[in-house]
Amino acid sequence: MSLTELEFQAQGISQEAVPAGGIQGRSQLQLTWRRLRRDRMAVASMIVICVIAILALLAPVFASLLGHGQAQVFPNTGLSSTGGPMAPGTHGFIFGTDELGRDLLVRVLYGARVSLFVGLTTTAIATVAGVTVGLITGFFGGWVDAVLARFIDTVLAFPFLVLALSLAVVFGPSLTIVISVISFFSWAAIARIVRGQTLSIKEKEYIEAARSLGASPWRIMFVHILPNLMAPVLVLATLSIPAAIVFESTLSYLGLGIQPPTASWGNILAGAQSYYQIAWWYLVFPAAALLITTLAFNLLGDGVRDALDPRTERIFAAGRKRGRRFRVGRPAAQIDGLISSIQTDLPEEG
Amino acid sequence: MTSPITPETAPSAQSWPTDADLADDVLVRVDNLVKHFPIKGGGLAGRTVGHVRAVDGVSLTVRSGQTLGLVGETGCGKSTLARCIAGLIPVTSGTVTFEGNNITNLSRRRMQPFRRDIQMIFQDPYGSLNPRLRVGSIIGEPFAIHGTTTSKARKTAVQELMERVGLNPEHYNRFPAEFSGGQRQRIGVARALALRPKLIICDEPVSALDVSIQAQVLNLLADLQSDFGLAYIFIAHDLEVVRHVSNSVIVMYLGKIAEAGPKNPVYDSPRHPYTAALLSAAPAADPEAAANKQRIILTGDVPSPINPPSGCRFHPRCPKAQDMCATAVPPLEVKPGDPGTHVTACHFPVQAGEVLASASRGMQGYAR
Repeated sequence: MSLTELEFQAQGISQEAVPAGGIQGRSQLQLTWRRLRRDRMAVASMIVICVIAILALLAPVFASLLGHGQAQVFPNTGLSSTGGPMAPGTHGFIFGTDELGRDLLVRVLYGARVSLFVGLTTTAIATVAGVTVGLITGFFGGWVDAVLARFIDTVLAFPFLVLALSLAVVFGPSLTIVISVISFFSWAAIARIVRGQTLSIKEKEYIEAARSLGASPWRIMFVHILPNLMAPVLVLATLSIPAAIVFESTLSYLGLGIQPPTASWGNILAGAQSYYQIAWWYLVFPAAALLITTLAFNLLGDGVRDALDPRTERIFAAGRKRGRRFRVGRPAAQIDGLISSIQTDLPEEG
Repeated sequence: MTSPITPETAPSAQSWPTDADLADDVLVRVDNLVKHFPIKGGGLAGRTVGHVRAVDGVSLTVRSGQTLGLVGETGCGKSTLARCIAGLIPVTSGTVTFEGNNITNLSRRRMQPFRRDIQMIFQDPYGSLNPRLRVGSIIGEPFAIHGTTTSKARKTAVQELMERVGLNPEHYNRFPAEFSGGQRQRIGVARALALRPKLIICDEPVSALDVSIQAQVLNLLADLQSDFGLAYIFIAHDLEVVRHVSNSVIVMYLGKIAEAGPKNPVYDSPRHPYTAALLSAAPAADPEAAANKQRIILTGDVPSPINPPSGCRFHPRCPKAQDMCATAVPPLEVKPGDPGTHVTACHFPVQAGEVLASASRGMQGYAR
């Protein structure tokens, strides 16, 4: 019952194409999408992300076209006469090879699969978990809130590398452990923001109106409060993708994440640190891939936030280019900066 | 939660509501309703250090098809009383009876069947509609919650309601932000009307609207009352609006009823000095009448409901107060010469033609 209402909201864009329902109001999602489309930096970021995603999906196709598997070693053609990595462009190795004579291009493409998969899965898990916990703790209050809010604080205060390290030692490093660890440390930030927003929204008169109609707590949470949380949640989710990608690379770089011979940008970079003085390409290509991907997601997140925040539209109207240039000059959005910029009306926490 | 009933809060011997009010057409009966909000002190323990006595022993009845007006200053407990009757906040003590069923402090599930009969219209047409839902979903929500129509029939039902309250049914898919204040209040009315309730509690439904829009919404409410036989509890601080719509009126002061009765005796010959002061403060449309009007200027502010004055709560500001007003709580009773349904809680009720001590004539009042 509540889901149909939500789908009704979420499908706002597609409904525009069907003019059956008479005069159609524009949902916030539609308005945001219109603003986002006018934002050149966000559109460029979306194109970059799409290209990376297509390349990642087609990694096996590239591998078979080139005839190089991601873990396939080419001791004869892939290594230089001194036994070091081969420079780009020789023997059909477009990005060159690593110290074992493996094709770096194929490895970087396979690394993109891991990065995007980890980024999207952990964000999905963290968003669902964070929104659910934040809604419940903010809405019910009382001892539920006392317990869950302290738990959120504990998770946020936990030294994540220590936990990741110990889990990797206990269970052995694997993709599952990587996703579990990153999800576990990502949901709490979302939950805290959702909790704060829920605390303020639940005092609104339309919530009382829903209660006077006899709406159940679940209906109030998911039909009335959740749609009003979409703006901060969308921004947080977009920005949590690059954070998760960097997190995965960090874990793999330290040897706690994806294990060789499976390629990940983090473990390629770990291998590169011994060879970058004689083989620049070994370091530059995976690092550039990581940089471009995280930058594109961060800029898209910035764009989404601008599109959701009506205040920035005035900046666009006054002097669009100047506003944009100032925006690009800012460092990539940090979660803490985000909290202060979109949560100006957070109620005091007890 | 229950606070001890002190002699001050104890029910006084009341002759109102009278036995006549137990007749068949009584829709809602409120008996000695008390709502105290605890004040939590600082520190970890969060001990209760006092109570805001928002509503302190109020009894009333609403008959089906009739309108009960509720007037009083901001903070006198009108809205709290309304929320207690609608079952939105728990009651400290006292009972609310709807058609003979005790609905005091029912759980959400057990309250559900009564929700269909008791609906609310809220003051702020901007705050009371979810900005993220389309109008069709907002007005259709009562159907969705109570499952009274299939989802196919719902759209037709909602569009009929929209037409009934004077909205364009074509606007079914719009968002609240695309409507004006008056239209938004019509959406609120349509939502309250959806389940064909018997009672609608209107919590200052026109206070946030322009005067011209107020009249439209009031006329709409009057039309709906005659069409569907609705009863209203109508809360407002505009005395003329209340006089226009009500059959009977209750004047509240600091959580207690000061005066109550059919509207004409209350408006034409108020017996409580507070009612007289309230009525004298209302602007008169006719300038000549305004010039001759007796203005009663009350001194001081409304005392805090945390620590209300002893005896009659109005005595520190009352022009007629005497020693006994500070000690004895005046019972709500019929004063000599009044009809049996007109009750006043005052030791020294205002007599016809009496000029109150601190009263001044005409415009002099403004010069002070």
